[in-house]
Amino acid sequence: MKSLASALVIFLTLLTLPSAATAEARLRMSTTTSTENSGLLRILLPPFERRHDCRIEVIAVGTGKALKLGEAGDVDLVMVHARPLEDQFVAAGFGVERRDLMYNDFVLLGPAADPAGARQAATAAEALARIARAQLPFVSRGDESGTHQKEKELWQAAGQRPDGRWYVEAGQGMGEVIIMATQKQGYALADRGTYHAFKQSKTDLQIVFERGAELRNPYGVIAVNPRRHPHVNYPLAMKFIDYLVGEEGQRIIADYRINGEPLFFIDGN
Amino acid sequence: MDSPFSLHAALALIVAGDPDVVQAVWTSLYTSGAAILLGSLAGIPVGVSLGLGRFAGRRLAVTLLNTLMAMPTVVVGLLIYGLLSRQGLFGPLGLLFTPLAMIIGQTVLAAPIVANYTLAAVAGADPRILPTAMTLGAGRLHGAWRLLLEVRFGLLAAVVAGFGRVIAEVGVAMMLGGNIRGTTRTMTTAIALETSKGEFAFGLALGLVLLAVALVVNLFLNLLQHR
Repeated sequence: MKSLASALVIFLTLLTLPSAATAEARLRMSTTTSTENSGLLRILLPPFERRHDCRIEVIAVGTGKALKLGEAGDVDLVMVHARPLEDQFVAAGFGVERRDLMYNDFVLLGPAADPAGARQAATAAEALARIARAQLPFVSRGDESGTHQKEKELWQAAGQRPDGRWYVEAGQGMGEVIIMATQKQGYALADRGTYHAFKQSKTDLQIVFERGAELRNPYGVIAVNPRRHPHVNYPLAMKFIDYLVGEEGQRIIADYRINGEPLFFIDGN
Repeated sequence: MDSPFSLHAALALIVAGDPDVVQAVWTSLYTSGAAILLGSLAGIPVGVSLGLGRFAGRRLAVTLLNTLMAMPTVVVGLLIYGLLSRQGLFGPLGLLFTPLAMIIGQTVLAAPIVANYTLAAVAGADPRILPTAMTLGAGRLHGAWRLLLEVRFGLLAAVVAGFGRVIAEVGVAMMLGGNIRGTTRTMTTAIALETSKGEFAFGLALGLVLLAVALVVNLFLNLLQHR
């Protein structure tokens, strides 16, 4: 029994070793699934990690939850895309120094035949109104993500309250929603990055409405307020933010391509 | 649209030793291993005392234990999340989104299963073992030890069942670990991630790897049983 107990103690000590042995600093960032799934972070983070001998741990969730993690102080910074929520986050004192990082845009996806006639719409809101009138399947994220926030804005602009069997609230990530809309041959609002990643082999839906100022999707980075959460690594978080919005970070973002197509744009171009 | 089920290509990629996959396998193994160890340390004594004891409220305790086995993993995840978040009781320890947080959650999942299987094994054992050992001069603890040796196959089943539950679950690992690449990404959270990206073939291939890992672990436990 005694040897069992000591073996256990040794085992548990060993478990904590990997984290203790790596003395490098750790920075935690919550971000959205669309950012993580785009693959951008895999090339955007390493140059900074090498230079500052640190590890950036990315927790990818919906924008709503990403901000909640910041509120609770469970992360050092957040990288999200929902401007009104971001401003609330800073105004409430949870975050400091919001900076514009980059932007991409939303696209409205639908079956190639476009039975609702969304292609003929003049605005995104009108395209949604056409789908509602035709009562054709529309798959919503329904998860308080940045994409869901944008969708709700558009429904409001369209003067519609989406309701009925045609309106599917998935409560899942962007990828799942595109797959679900593909299976139902319905419509969905998606960010261009995820759609690009999916259109090669995972969906036959097409863009039925794009462009227009209302579909612009700006991303921001915000450091968690060190006065509210003294344990956060504020100095390193600010160094990281300076790197992201500085020349090097912005160049990496602007040069990033998937299948030859840019996913994100910086305000300079 | 190609078929997303080009499983062959995905398996080839994994067998080639993708470092992310190796890391996820290792994380799954050591968190589940630690959880089943701790879960057994908590569950076996509970199972033995419920199996032997003739005290008031025993039936109620057994019913509660059975109910705990049905506890959804995300509920365990939520409860412990509330405790480990910076705003929670143990927030200052900074445990959320670490492997240790996953181990804690999975221990809570494993313990009731181990306790239940142990209870069944002990209740089914020859009731004379403990009194006999004690008349032969053994102490209570030593007597219980003799009993555990007697029902060791049942205990092994308890450990195997508990291990199966924790290595296969995704709720606790996702909520408490955060699916961080390189530290808390396990086989199951990686499968969930690949599925969310629409990479079904890769997710399925990872699932096969998880089954293979479970097979190896069970072969090893099987060997122990026949020694």
